[in-house]
Amino acid sequence: MATNHFLASLDFSPENYDVLFSLASRIIDSPSDYGDRCRGKLMATLFYEPSTRTRLSFEAAMLRLGGGVISVASAKSSSVSKGESLGDTIRTVGGYADLIVMRHPKEGAAILAAEYSPVPLINGGDGAREHPTQTLTDLFTIHRFKEHFDGLTVAFCGDLRYGRTVHSLVKALARYSGAKFILISPPELRLPERIVREVKEINPAATLEETARMEDGLEIADVLYMTRIQKERFFNEEDYIRLRDTYILTEDKLRAASSEMIVMHPLPRVTEIDYAIDADPRAVYFDQARFGMFARMALIVHLLSDKEDGDA
Amino acid sequence: MLRVDRITDGIVIDHIQTGRGLKVFERLGLRKAGYPVALLMNVASSKMGRKDIIKISDTLDIDLTMLGLLAPDATVDYIEDGAVTRKVTPGLPERVVGLIECKNPRCIVAVERQVTSVFTLVDREAKEYECAYCGERVRV
Repeated sequence: MATNHFLASLDFSPENYDVLFSLASRIIDSPSDYGDRCRGKLMATLFYEPSTRTRLSFEAAMLRLGGGVISVASAKSSSVSKGESLGDTIRTVGGYADLIVMRHPKEGAAILAAEYSPVPLINGGDGAREHPTQTLTDLFTIHRFKEHFDGLTVAFCGDLRYGRTVHSLVKALARYSGAKFILISPPELRLPERIVREVKEINPAATLEETARMEDGLEIADVLYMTRIQKERFFNEEDYIRLRDTYILTEDKLRAASSEMIVMHPLPRVTEIDYAIDADPRAVYFDQARFGMFARMALIVHLLSDKEDGDA
Repeated sequence: MLRVDRITDGIVIDHIQTGRGLKVFERLGLRKAGYPVALLMNVASSKMGRKDIIKISDTLDIDLTMLGLLAPDATVDYIEDGAVTRKVTPGLPERVVGLIECKNPRCIVAVERQVTSVFTLVDREAKEYECAYCGERVRV
């Protein structure tokens, strides 16, 4: 790969992702072979806004590779309050660690940080713009369960307007042939026109079908990607409750779906997936979270490796 | 009829969209010029109807990126010994550093004061630029 950072989901080509998927799968198959792969290496996590899953996933990934982790409890309270610029923080931390993972509330923060970073930098989320390791996780999960991407019908359900995971994933999937998307959302939370345009630019043959009915997507989808409808997006409580309850995946609704379909969710789940679904073999969201850790292990190995194939 | 003498050595920025001349004049820092400069506004033009013109009696290096942003269709004539030696149409610059302000309050450039904005041209026809950091689009 040309880049030594991972800042945006489209930074990596489908072939780049394939390299990471093979490596992540090898790690899953024989984790002990990789237990010392990053021995002597240090990863710094700089989180300027709270995160549980992403941070733990990265730290677990590095520790399982035999590396060490340094972090600050809250980057925002420590350096920003003293007026330090992001560039200075990154240059300083880059002198301590071999790899930096950063989450920042401002859009484009990762691009700026990478300009200053002397070591590989991974974007752990920058505002509403990018969260590429979630896309990596999502793609790897689909790869594990479906073994291919071409011709897949992927239904996205819930908040498609503000959900950055949806925006990144839909663009990454658009690069495969025969990409078909069913966009299930209330009119208020439709996929932004900008993203639709970008998908069409990436793949003019990709099809996008919008619907407000969850059932429309369930019948033909290979993958159902659920998202949380966030209360803070609504002006009144009534609308929120009405919409939230419209898009709850229940056993009853899932009956219409194929037995081969998988149900994904970036987590945290609130009410949009009934707990009864958890026992259904199609519910893979906790596998997805676990695969995310292996995918991040592969990414870390790759970025810290000098070799082209990424397997240090 | 208003008359401005021909210049023998200097630069003529012609075909500036009428109304933009003053902005070009200001942004090129010509207010502080120590040499003769003429700003002509609303001059009759067979091509444009009306146009603005700037005549500078000095062979300085003008900021073509800035000029391209403000008046991409203007023509810049470099004059030596009374003859035009070079003619340039700046066009919209591909990359603009520090001249366009990102209006997105969620952009990292809005909070990191030492950082210079960077915009790249994404749609020449629509004169649309994109912030290299947050992806916000602006029309110039």
